[in-house]
Amino acid sequence: MKNDNAFKYFSLATTWIWLIIFSFVPYGLVIFASLMSHDTNHLIRLPFTLQNYVELSEPIYIKIFIKSFYIAGISTLICLILGYPFAYTLARMKSRLKGLFILLVIIPFWTSSLIRSYSMIAILKAKGIINSLLLSLGIIHEPIPMIFNNTSVIIGLVYNLLPFMILPLMTNIERLDNRLIDAARDLGANRITTFRKIILPLTMPGMIAGCILVFLPAMTLFYIPDLLGGAKSILLGNLIQNQFLITQHWPLGSATSIVLAILLAVMILIYLQSKRNKKEQDLL
Amino acid sequence: MKKLSRSYLTLIYLFFYIPIIVLMIYSFNNAQYSLVWHGFSLRWYQTLLQDNDLWISVWHSLLLGITAATLAMGIGGLAAISLYRYRFFGRNLLYGLVFILILSPEIVMGISLLILFSLLNVPLGFWALLFAHTTFCVPFVVVTVYSRIVSFDEYIFEAARDLGAKDSVIFARIILPLLWPGLLAGWLLSFTLSLDDVITSYFVAGPDYEILPLKIYSMVRLGVKPEINALCSITFGFTLLLVVISQLVLRKKP
Repeated sequence: MKNDNAFKYFSLATTWIWLIIFSFVPYGLVIFASLMSHDTNHLIRLPFTLQNYVELSEPIYIKIFIKSFYIAGISTLICLILGYPFAYTLARMKSRLKGLFILLVIIPFWTSSLIRSYSMIAILKAKGIINSLLLSLGIIHEPIPMIFNNTSVIIGLVYNLLPFMILPLMTNIERLDNRLIDAARDLGANRITTFRKIILPLTMPGMIAGCILVFLPAMTLFYIPDLLGGAKSILLGNLIQNQFLITQHWPLGSATSIVLAILLAVMILIYLQSKRNKKEQDLL
Repeated sequence: MKKLSRSYLTLIYLFFYIPIIVLMIYSFNNAQYSLVWHGFSLRWYQTLLQDNDLWISVWHSLLLGITAATLAMGIGGLAAISLYRYRFFGRNLLYGLVFILILSPEIVMGISLLILFSLLNVPLGFWALLFAHTTFCVPFVVVTVYSRIVSFDEYIFEAARDLGAKDSVIFARIILPLLWPGLLAGWLLSFTLSLDDVITSYFVAGPDYEILPLKIYSMVRLGVKPEINALCSITFGFTLLLVVISQLVLRKKP
């Protein structure tokens, strides 16, 4: 019997040791560092202080937080509006090619978002595809400034993160019980009422999952504002990156990340709550 | 209605793929700065061939991707099997942790590992990158393998146990043969994640160990250039292939 358990203990020990060393401990260290003092020579030093969190309440940082929320929020909303009908149509599709169509959404999910962001530059820039097309058609006479502003950052984020909205939504919609929709229709509900009273509430977990999967990276994917935004497009990701690698203020950078992480925790809790209500068991 | 939804699907697919297709087309354009088509040319690909630094970073990335994916497949595979087969203390915690690691912003992982490595005096470079990449790949392997393993017929394990098989035998003779598509898919996806990762790597790569995604990042910051188009086309094409293979492998029914 002892030998029988060897495999179990080996698997569990490997998993836990790895996760503890490379997830638990480092995350703990970030909390720790966020409470330390700043020192250019040693990066972090004693004594413990709340100074970093106080500093984060300065207007300049509050502005970045608000702006990141705003841009991430708008991007999430656009992803939801664009993604919902798409996911719905795809989930209900009965074509033999459905697998291929789904694969075409999975591909942008897994391939380099850096490369896809870069490909957006050529489309948006002053002498890019859209402007050249519009100019040659005579619709406009001067190139429209589409890049290096907030709009281009939002376009880049939506372009990159739309699959993260579509995939959880589609899984959710595919599991919808058709009999509920039929029943609603039989009982005299029109399309709009059926959608509002039946489909929308039942797909809420998918919508929330999608929103979380879009919203969180939207605030921290620092290369998108870096490539597509102007000099003023600093989001939380760029801020943390600067604090760590340029100004080398690790405690402040850690504090920024902790605030971000608390936010994340709140959102995940909301998500888990809604999931519990729906009695769903899957991971994503 | 049907026409409407079909054209909507087409529109979104165009949105997804036109920028990449444009990028690929221009990587063959025989002109340095122009958007106008100057004829088909492979000269930008030839430029890449002569770039020695680039090849070193490609080699580093492949080495890193293969080792990280293999490690992640091992750890993630064991974790998924444990989650499925055993009821143990902290099972729900492990389950939740996998979920949280997938959702948590990469930048937080990047800085937390940077702090860990500087505290433990692990030099930034290959080993730091290997630990980091393995860590962010593990949860994805767990999810991929777990979604495969739940489709197994539980009676197989019971039958094997009744016939006197030990856990290690069940693992080697039943789980592995049935699970290899899930493990392979997990490996391939980890490999693509590793090849494409910018954010975590940015913090732990250090100045001496250049890898492909960071090389691409430093190049694209300089603006649109045909040789970057060529490099991005090759990289995108390669990871696309890996994703398609992994999805085909996953679709095979157990």
